Amino acid sequence: MDWEATRVSLWLATATCALLTPIGVWLGRRLAIGEGRHRALVEALLTLPLLLPPTVVGFYLLAAFGAASPVGRWLDRFAGLQLVFTFEGLLFASVLINLPFMVQPAQRAFAAIPNSLREAAWTSGLSRWRTLLRIELPLAWPGILGGVALTFAHTLGEFGVVLMVGGSIAGETKTLSIAIYDRVQAFDTAAANAMSLVLVGFTLAALWVVFATGQRARRYLQER
Amino acid sequence: MPALAVTLRQRTPIPLDARFECEAGELLALVGPSGSGKTTILRAIAGLVGCAEGRVEVAGEIWLDTARGIALPVQRRRVGFVFQNYALFPHLSALENVAIASARADAAAHARELLARVRLEDLAERRPAQLSGGQQQRVALARALARDPQVLLLDEPFSAVDQAVRQELYQELAQLRLTLSIPIVLVTHDLQEAQRLADGMVVLDRGTVVAEGTVDEVLAQPAIAERMPGVEAGSLLHCRVSGHDARYGLTLLDVGGATLRVPRVDLAVGTPVRVRIPARDVALALSQPSDVSVVNRLPGRIESLAARDATYVDALVRIGTAVALRARITREAADRLALAPGIGVWCLIKSVALDRATSMLTVESVRPNDAPSAAMPGAPQDVSQR
Repeated sequence: MDWEATRVSLWLATATCALLTPIGVWLGRRLAIGEGRHRALVEALLTLPLLLPPTVVGFYLLAAFGAASPVGRWLDRFAGLQLVFTFEGLLFASVLINLPFMVQPAQRAFAAIPNSLREAAWTSGLSRWRTLLRIELPLAWPGILGGVALTFAHTLGEFGVVLMVGGSIAGETKTLSIAIYDRVQAFDTAAANAMSLVLVGFTLAALWVVFATGQRARRYLQER
Repeated sequence: MPALAVTLRQRTPIPLDARFECEAGELLALVGPSGSGKTTILRAIAGLVGCAEGRVEVAGEIWLDTARGIALPVQRRRVGFVFQNYALFPHLSALENVAIASARADAAAHARELLARVRLEDLAERRPAQLSGGQQQRVALARALARDPQVLLLDEPFSAVDQAVRQELYQELAQLRLTLSIPIVLVTHDLQEAQRLADGMVVLDRGTVVAEGTVDEVLAQPAIAERMPGVEAGSLLHCRVSGHDARYGLTLLDVGGATLRVPRVDLAVGTPVRVRIPARDVALALSQPSDVSVVNRLPGRIESLAARDATYVDALVRIGTAVALRARITREAADRLALAPGIGVWCLIKSVALDRATSMLTVESVRPNDAPSAAMPGAPQDVSQR
């Protein structure tokens, strides 16, 4: 059982969720109620990570941010930031590939709020900001929480991109899924089994949250 | 200066050409078929939609003046808005729904007071889904009043409830508005509703005002009456309870100096009431008849006669100075009695008409909270979910 890998995985999943939640809420809400001209294109771009093989995403990230690329050199020189084979790079990649998992549930949650509720809030004197905090977020949170749970579970389970972008540096970029692969290669079935069980447990818990909140959200909006 | 003055003009997306005013304490009905732009006008007053060219002035404050580039955001226009489906916040209790709109320091106490005003104080902790349709409408009304609005805007507020509940809500609105001193604009496609509740009326067709004036004036225009099927010509009389006749079980109403007798209603002397008398329930006589059973016989003078069709004539009879009563009689009768403007007549109002008139009283002592399932068990709005 590789506790270091478990720690990296949990830390990566938590940080991804923390970074992605505000982005997902903002983007999801915009897509749900905005009238952006390029909405279809934005939605297509956001869904892309779902369908592309992780190797493609990983390859482009390497090409874009590797030490050989101008962006990679610039980031290293001015921010001291290396995005390849580091935890920061892994986090960046993780945020990117998890966009659809966070944005889509948030978008659905905001779209389910009737526009008349927003208007009622405004005519009641609530600013747009207060309308978001007092009306929209409380109504959308089951959907947002579902997105957070999905993102968490998906980050724990991600393998391809992590391998491509992170390598397998113990304590830094070696996540549970990579560690399981290592153990299987080394014929250490017992360790692979233990870690697989941990992953199954976490993922199941996250999915349970998704479906439980989904049910709650349905109840909320249907009873209106 | 009127409390509300509205001018709106645009070609797209919804064509509008409307101009009207509403005094403080007046209830103005915007009437028209669906798609006539009445809801858009309401939304433009509230600032929920813009307008290409227009001006909205409320209590001396300019909310919109496209000529001067003024357009206050919704939040800065102190409106009370009741939405068609109420748009109550589903995650908040009735009390919170009202309190959230109150800008007062003691918002919760203010909200309680408003809920008491719409007789919902006992259901303050309930969520909207646990309230009947009628109760939801009252929460929406309380919320609309919570901002201490300068104008109250009602967008088809009765369309989501069934007929039985509607009758009750009519009475409540009629009673509530006695305590309000702001202009009230009611959007409805139901002329009966407008007739029953409103003082003034603006009739819209494809965004354009086709008639406006007092309810009586508008309905007197045959062109408008034709446009509105189902409207029965009649008179709306503003009366005041002047006494009760315990011996015969009657209530006396003072109408411009004359007295109407109606079956007893429990209202204090002095209460203002409105009664509607269908034109075909008014008969005319040249002298005071003493040998008929009709209780209400009012003397008046014919003001005008207008032929409806080959058979009927509408006579407008002036009673005293303030009251005009419409009578629909046959042309044959009009000729036989040689009726003409200026001739003195007696109006005989059949008791049937007054029975109906009594049920049209818009102020009445009302009973406490209706239980969610009490009014009509089968109606969807009355099903309470927990």
